[in-house]
Amino acid sequence: MVELLRSLGRFALGFFERLGRATLLLLNIVRGLHELVPRPRLVVQELYSVGVLSLLIIVVSGLFVGMVLALQGYNTLVDFGAEQSLGVVVAMSLVRELGPVVTALLFAGRAGSALTAEIGLMKATEQLSAMEMMAVDPIRRVLGPRFSAGVISMPLLAAIFSAVGVIGGYFVGVGLLGVDQGSFWSQMQSKVDLYDDIVNGVVKSLVFGIVATWIAVFEGYDAVPTSEGVSRATTRTVVHTALAVLALDFVLTALMFGEH
Amino acid sequence: MWQSRSVEIWVGLFVAAGLAALFMLAMQVSNLSVMSTEGAYTIDSHFDNVSGLKVRAPVTIAGVRIGRVTGIGFDSKTFQAVVTMRISDQYDKIPTDSVAGVYTSGLLGEKYIGIKPGIDDTNLKNGDRVKGGQSALVLEDLIGKFLFNKASEGPGK
Repeated sequence: MVELLRSLGRFALGFFERLGRATLLLLNIVRGLHELVPRPRLVVQELYSVGVLSLLIIVVSGLFVGMVLALQGYNTLVDFGAEQSLGVVVAMSLVRELGPVVTALLFAGRAGSALTAEIGLMKATEQLSAMEMMAVDPIRRVLGPRFSAGVISMPLLAAIFSAVGVIGGYFVGVGLLGVDQGSFWSQMQSKVDLYDDIVNGVVKSLVFGIVATWIAVFEGYDAVPTSEGVSRATTRTVVHTALAVLALDFVLTALMFGEH
Repeated sequence: MWQSRSVEIWVGLFVAAGLAALFMLAMQVSNLSVMSTEGAYTIDSHFDNVSGLKVRAPVTIAGVRIGRVTGIGFDSKTFQAVVTMRISDQYDKIPTDSVAGVYTSGLLGEKYIGIKPGIDDTNLKNGDRVKGGQSALVLEDLIGKFLFNKASEGPGK
């Protein structure tokens, strides 16, 4: 019994300790971000590995998600004779939910895990300590560019995902299933609102970008500097990011779209 | 040097593609192109009942959309609903004795405002009031009326 209480307490203390460390790290990163302004090349390099290399998986997944949405939506809508609204269904679900959420999940798997592994290995091979010896702050030199690159690329990737998804839905809906092209676009345009839907979707993906990159960078920086520690940290990044994104998505959706 | 230059080109392409996607979402998917706010005037109208009408519902004449509902309020003196509408400037030849009504598109569709044009020579301008005619159809009232008529026909049948 005492043993149980003790392990429970240890777990809770460990949880809050990690949360505190992660928050302090985030504050440190944000405080050092202004130093990147005279050295944009660092961010560009990271944008390449975080953003450009994620493009392929984002475009392909977006295309297929849009196509599947169109197929499934058509089967439901055609029973009510409302297949003209297919464009609304595809665009709404992509812009509001699937774009930001699926992009964040793919981002965690593709870019977040790579960030964690990279930073964790730098720590394990004592590159970070070496930087500190040379009076270079690794938080500003290594973590800052990666964090800002992640935060910049997430909304762009989510926008690409949604746009490609809408095009995929258009191909299936108009090309394969024979929905009228004019009503596909016009119904979409009359129902999707610029501020309510698109701007809120961008805000969502921005929040997810901050959270996903924060978790990835923290797990790498906080990893036990052994090969096993790095592999565990990489797994934790993907799992924690997925959980955080899905939980945050509920909160954000309730805040943005709740009162209608 | 070549290496870093190709990286920069790729990043530039990536950012451009992202912004282009955002632009496409804004222009092609959302109502931005439809709602172009350059030139529009506001009119309002009183109705007995607007249940089901929502802000941003379309305003039509002869089935053609000419504007949107921008606000639904309540007049505490007459106990009527006040609906304000923004009408696009290109439709500025609406006679002042036109009558607005709340209609439903399809059996289960959304509510919209339909304006039946009048014959007056003067046209509506900013801040004018259109006469409110047809109120929103409330199913319970309709069924109530039907039952009442049935009952008043007497038990003879």
